[in-house]
Amino acid sequence: MNWGSAGEFFAMGGYGLYVWGSFGVTAAALLIEVVLVRQRFSAVRRSLRRELAADRDTQD
Amino acid sequence: MSQRLVNWFKFASPASFYPLAGKMWPWFAAIGTVLAAAGLWISFFVAPTDFQQGEGYRIIFIHVPASWMSMFIYCVMAFWAAIGITFNTRLSGMMSSALAPTGALFAFLSLWTGALWGKPMWGAWWVWDARLTSELILFFLYIGYIALTAAIDDPRRADKAGAIISLVGVVNVPIIYFSVKWWNTLHQGASVSLTKAPSMAATMLWGMLIMALAFWMYSIAIALYRVRAIILERERHTTWVAELPEMQR
Repeated sequence: MNWGSAGEFFAMGGYGLYVWGSFGVTAAALLIEVVLVRQRFSAVRRSLRRELAADRDTQD
Repeated sequence: MSQRLVNWFKFASPASFYPLAGKMWPWFAAIGTVLAAAGLWISFFVAPTDFQQGEGYRIIFIHVPASWMSMFIYCVMAFWAAIGITFNTRLSGMMSSALAPTGALFAFLSLWTGALWGKPMWGAWWVWDARLTSELILFFLYIGYIALTAAIDDPRRADKAGAIISLVGVVNVPIIYFSVKWWNTLHQGASVSLTKAPSMAATMLWGMLIMALAFWMYSIAIALYRVRAIILERERHTTWVAELPEMQR
């Protein structure tokens, strides 16, 4: 174990800004990508469902 | 063709690849999550403090895997481009455009984490060094691919144009890889190579390799998810899409 306390862990031996800036931005970027891709998928599915439902209604 | 051979071209059809991708992505996402948890644990709690760089070196656990992914994804895009041009398969272009945003993201993360590592160790966020510059060009190639394919209305023509930028741009990947050998750079040489024993502690190496595998699994999962959206967008007027169970009331 490298760390005596939580404070030491967050300080990263004085490199806290650089280390957490790297890991934090990476985590945020991947999370944002997941959210955007899910939105893209559900948007196209929603519009297709609406289109198909409208087609069925006109046929009835 | 013999009946016993698997017919790979069956999966080149978006109609059969769409459900396959839907079945596959959760597995890759799950394996990626487990690997990321293990990799992060090793990165912060198992790997020792570096004798030269203190705790600052821990950036390596995402910097190197992100850089590898940015180069590897571009090679995969070039592979799909070659398949698309040779066999004229529709799915190839969809795979390329599903990979491009993730590749661009990893190229950006490679530059970003590199800047945050360069500042405390070299005293500069950025230098016009061969390794950094060629990685920046890779980032611009991804942006160029995305912009070019988005600017062309007909998806099939956009795929062709994108395939050309992928195949021409792929020469940049070996340039990035060998830049630290060919030029006298500020960037350090390869920590891991196929021909020599790695120049780092075993736990550091394992942490890096596990994080690389986690990014790999993430990339596959997100590309499969995105390609499903792209398939629906492009095949929206086909019967098979209308007959999908998720499109029913």
